[in-house]
Amino acid sequence: MNIRHVLGSGATIPVILLLVWAVAAHFGLLDVRLWSSPELVAAGGWGALRDGTLLAALGASLTRDVTGFAIGAGAGLILGLLLARIRLADRLLSPTLNTTRQIALFAWIPFLSLWLGNGEAGRIAFIALGAFFPVLVNTHLGAALVEARYLDVARTLSLKPHRVLLKVILPSAFPAILNGLRLGLIYAWLATIGAEYLFATTTGIGSMMMDARDLFRMDLVILGMAVIGGVGFALNAALSRIGHLPLWRGMEEVI
Amino acid sequence: MTDLSQWAQTGLRTRRSRPPLQFPKVQLRRAVPLLGLVVPLALLLAWYGVTAAHWVPEQILPAPVTVLEAFAVLLRSGDLQHNLAVSLSRVAYGFGAGTLAGLLFGAGMGFSDGFSRLVRPTFLIIAQIPILAWLPFFMLLLGIGEALKVVLVAKAVFTPITLATSAGIRGVPQRYLELARILQFTRWQTLARVIFPATLPQLFSGLRYGLTHAWLALVAVELLASYEGIGYLMVYSRQLFQLDVMVAIMLVIGAVGLVFDRLLALGEAWLQRRYGGAS
Repeated sequence: MNIRHVLGSGATIPVILLLVWAVAAHFGLLDVRLWSSPELVAAGGWGALRDGTLLAALGASLTRDVTGFAIGAGAGLILGLLLARIRLADRLLSPTLNTTRQIALFAWIPFLSLWLGNGEAGRIAFIALGAFFPVLVNTHLGAALVEARYLDVARTLSLKPHRVLLKVILPSAFPAILNGLRLGLIYAWLATIGAEYLFATTTGIGSMMMDARDLFRMDLVILGMAVIGGVGFALNAALSRIGHLPLWRGMEEVI
Repeated sequence: MTDLSQWAQTGLRTRRSRPPLQFPKVQLRRAVPLLGLVVPLALLLAWYGVTAAHWVPEQILPAPVTVLEAFAVLLRSGDLQHNLAVSLSRVAYGFGAGTLAGLLFGAGMGFSDGFSRLVRPTFLIIAQIPILAWLPFFMLLLGIGEALKVVLVAKAVFTPITLATSAGIRGVPQRYLELARILQFTRWQTLARVIFPATLPQLFSGLRYGLTHAWLALVAVELLASYEGIGYLMVYSRQLFQLDVMVAIMLVIGAVGLVFDRLLALGEAWLQRRYGGAS
């Protein structure tokens, strides 16, 4: 490994940026009150970790995220299968659902907060809505494209409907469903942060960041960014592992 | 496409089982738009019925007529046009900046292995942090002015365009480039006549993500930190408990999303005609 090789590697830019940031902050070239500094972020992170606020916030956000995701993804999965296999349901509901899908997700928040209150119910409903559409669309797509000859075989063997679902449709639609779940996770996580920003104050990483912004604590804001990015990455990595997908696939879908 | 694969495809198509009766299928297809209208009409009717019977208070669900009136008031006062124009211009600036940056960055990553190796991890870190996590950071740095909106929309657009551009360029088949070399194309000709058309389908899918994300991001930012724009109008009416105005604005937000979606579909269809089944 020669010097050019090391300098040309992907670690160079982050390291240089970090160094410039640290040095500039140290010598007062950057206003640390605004730009913070690597030491301050590390210290802030250590403090938040030690007094338990970081883990409490992370736990609250993840619980919310997983609950909302489970509800939304479950509904999307069931409805997607129905739309794909029952033509009447497809003709009746798909136009409405496709139109509703065009409403930018966050526009729902003012309504949900009015209808379900500013508490946890509204937040969970919003996260579920975020996960719902990607899972619905991809399940619908995957289950509608099951090859006709597989279904012919199932019919020839006169399999019962639930066996057809379990043995033919679900395995065949699995890659599409998995992709839908992956997207659903991305959206649910985005919705979790959004819900914590936009509903009344609560616990969670998003609330922690908004509080930090109000207090002008740039160190905690940067810490929050790192945590949110890290959690998003970990969730995506976990699902990619289950489906044996390449890790960086679908990065364009992170918003 | 070679003759062989074409033959294989038609072979597959004919082998797939078709329903024996063609006639009912055609009928059903003709009835599609009507069937699709059943649910919206039923919902509208239920909405009307529920509000007319006063089963739910106006503060929870305003009557359809009230929403229509609110819409008319918004139009007459010019509030809707003004705020929509503000929002759309933010999308335009952010989308333009994000696309330009994404094209340049993506081209760099697509053409040069060294550049790609150098910047890819940094790019992935930036991309992996969602716009909502960037929001408080940029709010502290930039305040809540126009720069904040443009930067966040640009970030939402930058990621998909960069990935699409670099993947598209890397996906150009080697034999196309060989042909260009044989024909002694100049560098510019290779770019314009070989690489650009071959990259288009990918690029278009990137644009598609970009525009959808841009609108989503903008609405989120305007709900959180804005004194103008369609999202702000919604927050404002939420604070005044004007549900009729909120519903009207929600419909407008949905309509804009729908128009973006249709425009992209039209663009894609045009591309397919122009470059024949390129995607």
